[in-house]
Amino acid sequence: MFRPRVIPVLLLNGSTLVKSIKFKDYNYIGDPINAVKIFNDLKADELVFLDINATKENRTIPLSFVSQLSEETNMPFAVGGGIKTLEDIQKIISAGAEKVIINSAAIDNPDFIKQATEHFGTSTIVVCIDVKKKLFKGEKVFGRAGQKSSDYSPVEFAKLMEQNGAGELIIQSIERDGTMEGYDFELVESISKSVSIPVVALGGAGNREHFQKAYQEGYASALGAGSMFVYQGKKRGVLVNYPKREELSQIFFN
Amino acid sequence: MVVGVVNYGMGNLHSVLRKLKLVGANYKLIESADHFESVDKIILPGVGHFAQAMENLKIKEFIEPLHKFVITDKKPILGICLGMQLMTSYSEEGNSEGLGWIEGEVKHFNVSNNLRYKVPHMGWNKVQISKSSKLFENIKTESEFYFVHSYYFKSDHLDNNLNITNYESDFVSAFEKDNIYGVQYHPEKSFEAGTQLFKNFIAL
Repeated sequence: MFRPRVIPVLLLNGSTLVKSIKFKDYNYIGDPINAVKIFNDLKADELVFLDINATKENRTIPLSFVSQLSEETNMPFAVGGGIKTLEDIQKIISAGAEKVIINSAAIDNPDFIKQATEHFGTSTIVVCIDVKKKLFKGEKVFGRAGQKSSDYSPVEFAKLMEQNGAGELIIQSIERDGTMEGYDFELVESISKSVSIPVVALGGAGNREHFQKAYQEGYASALGAGSMFVYQGKKRGVLVNYPKREELSQIFFN
Repeated sequence: MVVGVVNYGMGNLHSVLRKLKLVGANYKLIESADHFESVDKIILPGVGHFAQAMENLKIKEFIEPLHKFVITDKKPILGICLGMQLMTSYSEEGNSEGLGWIEGEVKHFNVSNNLRYKVPHMGWNKVQISKSSKLFENIKTESEFYFVHSYYFKSDHLDNNLNITNYESDFVSAFEKDNIYGVQYHPEKSFEAGTQLFKNFIAL
């Protein structure tokens, strides 16, 4: 049986790693390259890096950082943050990233995803869909690191992105971020059932049962987590960790 | 011994070069048609659209030197992912002919359980070694390799097939015919098993 991927999702604030709760309350974690070295040793399936200030500061995730990542990272990795032109994508891929993650630019201009996938191939383009409930309006897709809402419902936007050629969707619950209380399983399931491209669950993972449930009941193709892989214990001491490779299958198929 | 890595504008070559460096190989990028003469082995990588890749090979005037290298001179070549697919007769992706070295067609995944089997097939999957080969020395059958693809190679010429992988149904994840090797997965991103595969190709 094909096993889903388990993906550490790491947030960059400047040149340091941070971890948020509900897209706020950023806590310092450490040096990103140190974390990469540990995830190399632990043989993580894949890594995701998101520069949380890039869009706000009208720049992309720094190319020098992407180059450094590609020198150090043994596994496939994807990066996101402020990517809004074909040239941005070209530069980031040339710097060594396997995949780019697009959020705000996909909401502002859904056709950009079409151009990007026609140019770079489906499997290179990942769309991150951040979701939050709006009073009286139900769940909506948010851009600009959760700061700006759109009129899109998550399912509607996921279908549009698939139609425009996206190779993968990361579906992230803003309200679950950093809580470690479990994914928004219904949200994940609703997206998985609406598209036939891989769906990465993100936001709320706190233990392996959450992974299992998002896979078995939510049909997620991959399980993303932040806090779980950078914290240990109830007091949330910083400790980069990841399941043993031989345990990964057992999480899903026991 | 020098390994040439074909640069024809399809995806990043970074991880392939990094892995070559790791295994201590001498390598150079093949940027123009005359570079083929100065290398002993070739890696043909690639990510992206099949028809676009064939077009790029034509524009770069790489097709003739590739044929000479592979068919006339019979020197070893390793195709990776799209590079593997290009070695075949035909692909549905862009309705395009390939280099035609390996008989068979590249087809889009047609899954019936599309809740469990999303396309692209993306992630770590097991590779069964169905035929022994120098390319798989010291690699265990059922080793995990990293895959990213929406199209797969279909062939009735079972003799050439080295690896089988299951994604709802079985497909050919590696082939070998004389001096021609192709792998659907990304050994450059597949930890020790991938490193070993690179070592084996270098040692051929």
